[in-house]
Amino acid sequence: MTYAQAAPAETVSYATADGLLSSVWLLVAIPLVSATILLLLGRRADRWGHWLGVTAVGAAFLLGLSYFLGLRGLENRSVELSLWDFIAVGGLRVDFGLLFDPLAGVFVLLITGVGFLIHLYAVEYMAHDERRRLFFAYFNLFIAAMLLLVLGNNYVMLYFGWEGVGLASYLLISFWYTKPAAATAGKKAFLMNRVGDAGLAIAIFIMFATLGTTQYDEVFNGIGALAGSTVLVLGVLLLLGAAGKSGQFPLQAWLPDAMEGPTPVSALIHAATMVTAGVYLIARSNIIFSANATLQLVVVSVGALTLLIGAIIGCAKDDIKRVLAWSTVSQIGYMFLGVGLGGAAYALAIVHLLAHGFFKANMFLGAGSVMHGMKDQVDIRRFGGLAKYMKITWLTFGAGWLAIIGIIPFSGYFSKEPIVEAAFAREGWTAWLFGGAALLGAGLTAFYMTRLFVLTFHGPKRWTEDIEHPHESPALMTIPLILLAVGSLGGGALLATSVPDWLTTTAGLAETEEHHGVLPHLAIFFLAQGVTVLGAGLGWFLFRGGTATAPQPAGVLVTAARKNLYTDAVNEAVFEKPGIFLTRALVYLDNRGIDGLINGLAAGVGGGSGRLRRLQTGFVRSYATSILTGALLVVAAFLAVQAGWFA
Amino acid sequence: MTELELPPIDYAAIAPILIMLSAAVVGVLVEAFVPRRLRHPVQLPLALLAVLAALTMVVVNADKRVITIGVIAVDGPTLFLQGAILALSAVALLLLGERVVERGGAFVAQAAVTADSPEDRRQAENAGGAGEVYPLTTFAIGGMLIFVSANDLLTMFIALEVFSLPLYLLCALARRRRLLSQEAAMKYFLLGAYASAFFLFGLALIYGFTAGLGDRVAGVDFATVNAAVANSTASPVLLFAGMALVAIGLLFKAAAAPFHVWTPDVYQGAPTPLTGFMAACTKVAAFGALLRVFHVAFEGARWDFTPVLGAVAVLTMLVGALFAVTQTDIKRLLAYSSIANAGYLLVGVLAPGSGGLSGTMFYLVAYGFTVLAAFAVVTLVRDADGEATHLSRWAGLGRRSPVYAAVFTFVLLAFAGIPMTSGFTSKFAVFGPALDGGQVWLVIAGVLTSMVLAFPYLRVVVLMWLSEPGDATPTVAVPGGLTSAALVIGVLATLVLGVAPDPLLDLASSAADFVR
Repeated sequence: MTYAQAAPAETVSYATADGLLSSVWLLVAIPLVSATILLLLGRRADRWGHWLGVTAVGAAFLLGLSYFLGLRGLENRSVELSLWDFIAVGGLRVDFGLLFDPLAGVFVLLITGVGFLIHLYAVEYMAHDERRRLFFAYFNLFIAAMLLLVLGNNYVMLYFGWEGVGLASYLLISFWYTKPAAATAGKKAFLMNRVGDAGLAIAIFIMFATLGTTQYDEVFNGIGALAGSTVLVLGVLLLLGAAGKSGQFPLQAWLPDAMEGPTPVSALIHAATMVTAGVYLIARSNIIFSANATLQLVVVSVGALTLLIGAIIGCAKDDIKRVLAWSTVSQIGYMFLGVGLGGAAYALAIVHLLAHGFFKANMFLGAGSVMHGMKDQVDIRRFGGLAKYMKITWLTFGAGWLAIIGIIPFSGYFSKEPIVEAAFAREGWTAWLFGGAALLGAGLTAFYMTRLFVLTFHGPKRWTEDIEHPHESPALMTIPLILLAVGSLGGGALLATSVPDWLTTTAGLAETEEHHGVLPHLAIFFLAQGVTVLGAGLGWFLFRGGTATAPQPAGVLVTAARKNLYTDAVNEAVFEKPGIFLTRALVYLDNRGIDGLINGLAAGVGGGSGRLRRLQTGFVRSYATSILTGALLVVAAFLAVQAGWFA
Repeated sequence: MTELELPPIDYAAIAPILIMLSAAVVGVLVEAFVPRRLRHPVQLPLALLAVLAALTMVVVNADKRVITIGVIAVDGPTLFLQGAILALSAVALLLLGERVVERGGAFVAQAAVTADSPEDRRQAENAGGAGEVYPLTTFAIGGMLIFVSANDLLTMFIALEVFSLPLYLLCALARRRRLLSQEAAMKYFLLGAYASAFFLFGLALIYGFTAGLGDRVAGVDFATVNAAVANSTASPVLLFAGMALVAIGLLFKAAAAPFHVWTPDVYQGAPTPLTGFMAACTKVAAFGALLRVFHVAFEGARWDFTPVLGAVAVLTMLVGALFAVTQTDIKRLLAYSSIANAGYLLVGVLAPGSGGLSGTMFYLVAYGFTVLAAFAVVTLVRDADGEATHLSRWAGLGRRSPVYAAVFTFVLLAFAGIPMTSGFTSKFAVFGPALDGGQVWLVIAGVLTSMVLAFPYLRVVVLMWLSEPGDATPTVAVPGGLTSAALVIGVLATLVLGVAPDPLLDLASSAADFVR
């Protein structure tokens, strides 16, 4: 009745790379060299630098593809490549080594493939920025770090990549640092990520202390010998790291603010790749997570809670990029739910991750295209009727919309619905809890995405006066959109059939037998499609006539916009009131609880430090007194130890 | 008449010390007899040559493991630490000898002129620099070399004084802000003398304790102390009180809390090149001595001193990290960062076995180079009144001179322990063995405080890059060849030790064995 636990039946081991695969390091090296060139040459590279950046990622994609195909012939489809001993002192040994297996492989293809298209798009999008070369240098740096993250063969390598993507993300969010909001958002991202990073760092230290290694194979083989509580602590710390990077509860607040960065950054880093690093971490460490049922429950709860938080807040936002950002938070919640369920659901989560990478990148770039044509405005209340003016953007965004809400036969259906089904396949009442949450999330997703789509592209025009004739973006921006749209439409079916088979050879992702949950398969199909249609229909019905361009001035305009107001009233009564209330509660929680905690910590440190600073008076006599006091304490402590008080 | 029997002396083993001390004596003669104009061109090469010659002798001695005359132990840690002191001194000498950035260098010719008088201001503007800086520095280096190789507490005490006295003097010689500089020197001297008294008293108590060894003569050489810890019949109160007082004397030099109080004032007041020298070399010397005292002499009492020194380490990390947050002066900020680093180093000292020893030695070298690079940048950011050390003056520096702002950013990231810098590998090198040794609480305190500490570093980075330069933002002086060389060496070492730390780690672990 349940998924088989993915217990490692045999020991995990990786073959040594030879032939073509022995040059896997090139994947990381190429973008890194390109970034270095761009940074070192400075203004001299301004004219051609962006093309170098694009070429580097394209080359990495082609290489990644050939490596990926090269895996087919191998026995266990995974190769390890040890480059040099990074640290080797006594019992400590850390390899600078790479691991290329199906899990790493699909990530490489996602990062370089989607990355290439977004690079291409950015050439045009950033054309008017005088620091475009620098932008591409950071972008390449990000790709290199992200590839290192997924290709490392031990947790220290992963940590390097982890810090690297964090740095690149920080640099890119605050790229327009003259905007105070961008600089603040960059800082917020950095601080919240540090909380998660600390969890990961401590987890790595625990591995050293208990297992004496951080190599994946040795850690996974040794995990069975550890005490249950150690595994639990290790797993929770890893989860904290993953939650920080992936914007999961309780560390989700930085992700929407990160939208202050240029749109290609939002698409690449904060939708398609970096934010999924947490999912990668958990999928890679699945043997650790499978070893403890409590741990799995924690992951599943975090995923379910976050997917609801993201979806509810997504309903109440008016900024096109922020709606997409909250939707990313929510979709990653689905992935966490998937990886937390264990067994075959790991593979389902990865499929959803890949599919999401396509359709979310597609929609972000679409949003960028809309902004491009609308003088960088982001308020969906001031859009409307754009379908006529931006045909390609409209069509491609529509493909993304169909994909994310999961209508059969688009890709979201193949990737999201199996997760809903897997949630219902848990035992006992938790099946109803998590399955219900996943189902409710699906309905909400359909609603807010439809609202976004309708308000932007359909209904009456609600443009600001300075917009006369919005235009379609140039070809360099629309071609990536079209390619990503094709991926969004068809990708899911393709991925859902091939990827799970591939991933089952990745250590620990065991194949499972047929299963039945609390509900039959067909019932879940109709339920899921039903709530989706319901959500989308409601969104269409409420917003087909547009919405108020709040804040609303009282007077003549009120009657003129009566019809709009009517929908607003319904909107308010049915969704916005509870939505706003919930959102407010959540935002309150977010601001007071989580941010408060973090800001409070910072303020506490600062204030405490300010108070402490008064201790440093500048008088030699008070210094001498403090040394004397310290000396007395130390002597007393030594004597106390000697007297056996501490022992 | 009985013939005096000289103990056999291994001159090769003590050659580095002899070279440095003789160079210092020659330096004094040069100062007395060579015409003023030629002094600087003679003194700097002389000091550098002496350092290089001593370094060569250290390399030649590489396989030596002897105790000579009973008081100087030449073994792996000694040679490694002497090599570290000499290598870091060479870089520091480059900074001390810089005369292009500021006319006549950072040191004033006549320190006796009343500070802040019109005459003093005139000499700050125009007069040449002091030449006695070089012999004083060479004396200090010689003292440090003895300090890390001393095989008994008395020799260690003498070495402590030999290297401290020149430093007190040098502190007072700043060309600009002389009052601050003299105040710093005075404080350093008073508190240093105070701490020495603790050390000396502890030494006396230990001597009394060793008298309880029935069949052996009492003494303060480490082998005797070690034997006494195991077998002495004297009251253990003598041992523990003595050990505490000796530790306090050493912790003062290492700038561990609560004996760190002098550090911010002295770091701020001293001429910046000298601050760099103290932060790098004094730290190596102080921790070298701590390692030897606690790994050789008091090894048998490990379980007794670990909790107390562990508490000192945690307090040091906390004080360093928390105080750093509100500093508004870059030199004070770096002083608190140096205090926090003393805490991390103590974690390494407390890690049992050779792992902790080699990790600590690696950390000392890595940190020394980084901190020298940091102070090298500080010497360059200046306006008409000398260095602009107030943090508000650094706002927008990234716009004015991106290269130096980038270098300083790199250095700060290294302090914050970002991977691919030596700051990461060195923290790894001390925390790893500490975890192996079961000192989990120290490592947790270390990780948490280094997160707090990342905040002030980051604030400087943000200030440099994300703030608009104001009218008050100073320009960065074009460095002379010497400062550039020091800067390049410091930054390269930080990078190389971060990317490929293996050779040095191997060297440190092969050297991690004391002769007893």
